[in-house]
Amino acid sequence: MDALYGYGLYAISLLTMGGIYAVLCLGLNVQWGFAGLFNAGIGGFFAIGAYVTALLTTAPSARHIGGFEINTLVAYACSMVAAGLIAWGVGKVCLRLRSDYLAIATIGAAEVVRLIFKNETDYTNGPRGVSAIPKPFETLPEPWNHVAFLAIVLVAVGLAFWALQIAQRAPWGRVMTAIRENEPAVRAAGKDVEQFRMEGFVLGAMLMGLAGAFMAQYLKFVDPNVSDPLTATFLVWVMLVVGGSANNKGAVLGALLIWTLWSASEIVTGRLPDDWAVRTAYVRIFLIGLMLQIFLQKYPLGIFPEQRPKPPRSTRESA
Amino acid sequence: MYALYDFINFHFIPGLVLGSIYALGAIGVTLTFGILRFANFAHGESMTLGAYFAWSLVAVFGLHPMAALPIAMALTAVVSIGIDRGFYRPFRVAPTIMLVIASFGMMLMVRSVIQFSWGVQLKSLQTGIQPPMVLFDAIRISPKHVIIVGAALLLMLIVHLILSRTKMGKAMRAMSDSPELAKLTGIDTEQVIRNTWIIGGALAGAAGVLLAYDTHVETMMGFQVLLPTFAAAILGGIGKPYGAMLGGLIIGLAEELSTYPWIGDAPLVSPGYKAGVAFVLMIGILLWRPSGILRGRVF
Repeated sequence: MDALYGYGLYAISLLTMGGIYAVLCLGLNVQWGFAGLFNAGIGGFFAIGAYVTALLTTAPSARHIGGFEINTLVAYACSMVAAGLIAWGVGKVCLRLRSDYLAIATIGAAEVVRLIFKNETDYTNGPRGVSAIPKPFETLPEPWNHVAFLAIVLVAVGLAFWALQIAQRAPWGRVMTAIRENEPAVRAAGKDVEQFRMEGFVLGAMLMGLAGAFMAQYLKFVDPNVSDPLTATFLVWVMLVVGGSANNKGAVLGALLIWTLWSASEIVTGRLPDDWAVRTAYVRIFLIGLMLQIFLQKYPLGIFPEQRPKPPRSTRESA
Repeated sequence: MYALYDFINFHFIPGLVLGSIYALGAIGVTLTFGILRFANFAHGESMTLGAYFAWSLVAVFGLHPMAALPIAMALTAVVSIGIDRGFYRPFRVAPTIMLVIASFGMMLMVRSVIQFSWGVQLKSLQTGIQPPMVLFDAIRISPKHVIIVGAALLLMLIVHLILSRTKMGKAMRAMSDSPELAKLTGIDTEQVIRNTWIIGGALAGAAGVLLAYDTHVETMMGFQVLLPTFAAAILGGIGKPYGAMLGGLIIGLAEELSTYPWIGDAPLVSPGYKAGVAFVLMIGILLWRPSGILRGRVF
């Protein structure tokens, strides 16, 4: 019975982390899948969201600013707005250039974000991070506190998924697809391509900020390593490419699948003798990277290929 | 007067050293960006790889780091061609952003191979402390700094000769200027791409060895200089090797000079933010002049 309870808790934590990654991955899907923008600094937006919620919701502390003990939902909104604003600034400079420049600039922005959180010790407690972040429903008895938090994350995944499904089928989403397919034609049709790209970039970053807020609450702790390019950026890319970009279902299922693989393989490598455990951790990264390359080369559409919006008549049939 | 010597010893000379390392790295970035048309994120890991090759040569055969340099360069070039064959060539006709994603994945893969094979402990190319050379009683130059700048200048001269005097160099510059026209004139593009990887990979390896010679060997060293290297390539103008050299020097000097107390007694930029200087310069150049100093290409 105890073993079963243990498996249950593991399943809850797996789903919670998978759900947080699903929000991240949906955010990337808006940026890359819809708008075709390469963001190599997902971790930066993720970290901004995490720190904003951390600093706004914690009790007063001498180690960092904050102590506003603000309502969780307001904190989520603030995290999203903060990440969106930074994305707007980066986008303003880079969106008129080709995607490569955006990739370089976002990797730089993520690095600068990490430097700020690391160096501004008076405000963020530097490398020691912010701890004792309140988690919603944590006063409920075990295991219900975990279940309740999982429910919040899953509701967020559901809402984001539902909204993006509508957005993708709406005229907004169709213009996005058109821009990826034939940009000059869209320009000729009088659409403001830069404006659409900016909307996609900012919207995606806001979702990443929300995922960061969840992460801060889930771990009850945040430090500058939250923007780690490996777990916060690279893994999300693998999830989207494997799941299928420009497909929201692919983004969510890719996130759950890859997170399960990642987490389960850690259990396997963790059981090896210490010397091997450290080394095989790198084998894990290598294999995940190889998986990305194989999917890029052999199955570039992912497990769930992009579904093109159907012509109006068939939409009416399915409705 | 002492302030001037401090400025030279602690800011100008380290800036020059760092700048020549960035310059070597940026040449490879600008060539791959100009000829293959994509931002190669795995370039930093080529630098790391070069440093580890050199470390092994020094540790196993007891070579001087500078004797290991050419061998490490050759090995890095071979690995670069291998990576191109396996992971970049399938995307020759695909949208180039696919190459950016592939190189992003490659960055993590190469690094994990390095971490697996060599471990993550800090290593040094040279043990012991060398006394600095003293000029005019006040200017202190460490011999290894002279070697680094000298080696970097020599390599840049070689690149210059290859690009300006050989047929292959001309073909590379032609392809960087206009791939369509280059193809029309019968240039063997696969050959040019192979040479781009040889030159870019070898120079990245050299930059890694020199960086490791200046500081130490570490698995994250390449990633840490990736951003300044990109900044240098963009600053100089994409596709312009001479611009990359110039950009590298500017970024290296700017990073080190930014911590000099220009106004008042405190450093202008706190040393913790030194790594952010390159980013700010890069954003600035993208805003005001995206084509860079030497009017490179803007994609």
